[in-house]
Amino acid sequence: MTTRIDRRFARLKEENRPALVTYFMGGDPDYETSLSIMKALPAAGSDVIELGMPFSDPMADGPAIQAAGLRALKGGQTLAKTLQMARDFREGDDDTPIVMMGYYNPIYIYGVDRFLSDAKEAGIDGLIIVDLPPEMDEELCVPAIKAGLNFIRLATPTTDEERLPTVLENTSGFVYYVSMTGVTGSALPDTNNVSEAVARIKEHTDLPICVGFGVKTARQAKAIGEAADGVVVGSAIVAAIAQCYDDNGKRIEDPAEAVATLVKGLADGVREARLVAAR
Amino acid sequence: MNKPAEPNSFRIGPDDEGMYGIFGGRFVAETLMPLILDLEKHWNEAKDDPAFRAELEHLGRHYTGRPSPLYFAERLTEHLGGAKIYFKREDLNHTGSHKINNCLGQILLAKRMGKTRIIAETGAGQHGVASATVAARFGLPCVVYMGATDVERQKPNVFRMHLLGAEVKPVSSGHGTLKDAMNEALRDWVTNVEDTYYLIGTAAGPHPYPELVRDLQSVIGTEAREQIQELEGRLPDAIVAAVGGGSNAIGLFHPFLDDRQVEIHGVEAGGHGLDGDEHCASMTAGRPGVLHGNRTYLLQNDDGQILDGHSVSAGLDYPGVGPEHSWLKDSGRVIYSPILDDEAIEAFQMTTRLEGIIPALESAHAIAHAIKLAPTMGRDQIMIVNFSGRGDKDVHTVGKMLGMEM
Repeated sequence: MTTRIDRRFARLKEENRPALVTYFMGGDPDYETSLSIMKALPAAGSDVIELGMPFSDPMADGPAIQAAGLRALKGGQTLAKTLQMARDFREGDDDTPIVMMGYYNPIYIYGVDRFLSDAKEAGIDGLIIVDLPPEMDEELCVPAIKAGLNFIRLATPTTDEERLPTVLENTSGFVYYVSMTGVTGSALPDTNNVSEAVARIKEHTDLPICVGFGVKTARQAKAIGEAADGVVVGSAIVAAIAQCYDDNGKRIEDPAEAVATLVKGLADGVREARLVAAR
Repeated sequence: MNKPAEPNSFRIGPDDEGMYGIFGGRFVAETLMPLILDLEKHWNEAKDDPAFRAELEHLGRHYTGRPSPLYFAERLTEHLGGAKIYFKREDLNHTGSHKINNCLGQILLAKRMGKTRIIAETGAGQHGVASATVAARFGLPCVVYMGATDVERQKPNVFRMHLLGAEVKPVSSGHGTLKDAMNEALRDWVTNVEDTYYLIGTAAGPHPYPELVRDLQSVIGTEAREQIQELEGRLPDAIVAAVGGGSNAIGLFHPFLDDRQVEIHGVEAGGHGLDGDEHCASMTAGRPGVLHGNRTYLLQNDDGQILDGHSVSAGLDYPGVGPEHSWLKDSGRVIYSPILDDEAIEAFQMTTRLEGIIPALESAHAIAHAIKLAPTMGRDQIMIVNFSGRGDKDVHTVGKMLGMEM
């Protein structure tokens, strides 16, 4: 089975550059705006899109993504609408991989089988479900693989040598290395630790390793990109969307344009990474 | 839902994966997974270690004041004219509720694991106070997450925690109640994995917490079972406890689960009634879902978003429940029913006037259910109600509801 994710990373390998993986919250702050943001991402330089599924109780997320989820829910977003967003996006883009990211309960309530079949049909390529560790693989991971979707696992600094094989066993697409313990959007860690960790994981897998949690600027993206196969940016994008609205929720800037500007900068950083590494 | 086949024993759960039937489990972020596996390992060693058990028992006797009395509520019984009502007096424990039983066990475990910082979540503040108390007793720094709404309505407990040296962090996300406090505590734990011990206050969360908290609270039921046989020469006909997360209830229930002649009643917070969203009756009005590390009955909408719920009792103001209760509900062993805010307030007053004991609003829910049940039972029948905490912390709330000048 190859997915858009596998094909995208194969191509980037040929181009000898890391991927820019961009996260945003589906439906933040409303469906139409959010879809316009999603559509702007590939042209701005995003290689893989992480489409956030809002959840009322995001226990691993920092304030920026918590707030984005609440805005989306207030704007009427549901799991069904997030799937619809992927369908709408696919009408104009059949190449860019889409990974849905979020928490398990909305999927459990939607129904696992129904969700997997709808996700596949909507053009989803992979899933990152924060609260489903390998111990709970029978819930969604194994059925997702059977349905032809990648199940992307998070590895963290607490995932030691002994545990890594367990974490990697049913992982496909790529490995998402969470570069620090903490919630999303926290401060960026030492890049030396990141390259050591990436090297450590690479001893156990041939999958691409993408690194995230805390990347905000082009310079940071470049630094991480020198060590990893991909750089994940989330909270910074979500914060850029929030800044397009004043305290009363009035739109003062176009979020799609703001995100495109930010992502272009990050993409430039990522593209420089290997040039530096090659030198 | 199909009723599962009746097991040989109701006391054998959970399985190796932390499941009680379909409930329970370990639905946590990868960052926390190694921590809860480590916790499980240490707990399994500790609970079979005679030295650990001896220290816990010593503290229970000399620090908490165990065993807590089983008190015959004579005037309440006479007033209702039915079954004999006994109160299991957990309100007389040091710190004023059953919460200390769990906290002492977990702080000994934290010490054993070499952890140097304690975090906890709290609703009514009873668990926060108990956590701050044991942290002071063992000289560890303690951070308590508490919903901003609860900080407001449980001020005396906030002050107690401050006096005990704990840092109280108000949480303003959501409705600012127990659910939000738990989210924030989990975020702290994800961030401070090396040195921090998360002292969960109820029999919920990822495995092994529901089992661990149950085992530590089972001292309630074990004592009550012995005491009633001493006093009455037999087991009770019914036992009753309030269920928020469900730790005092599972603590009373568990030792009685295989005594089939004992009818077991769990009491949920019915708030303003089950018609709208203003209640916390997750088992009566919710459905199974995944939150805070476990699958259990939850109040949620059709999209799987968790609702906030409402109860006059901050300790019951939680949209979920411990997974073992969900399993006991589906297996039919325990009957769960809601009690409304008004009924709890009435029971609060009746108990205070007739017995001279001010119950916590949580316990008042259990008593309100007993008030309904007792007259339907014979005078020769016996009922035990878990008097889980004292009500000093609630006099302000009740006074306000009754229109008194405070």
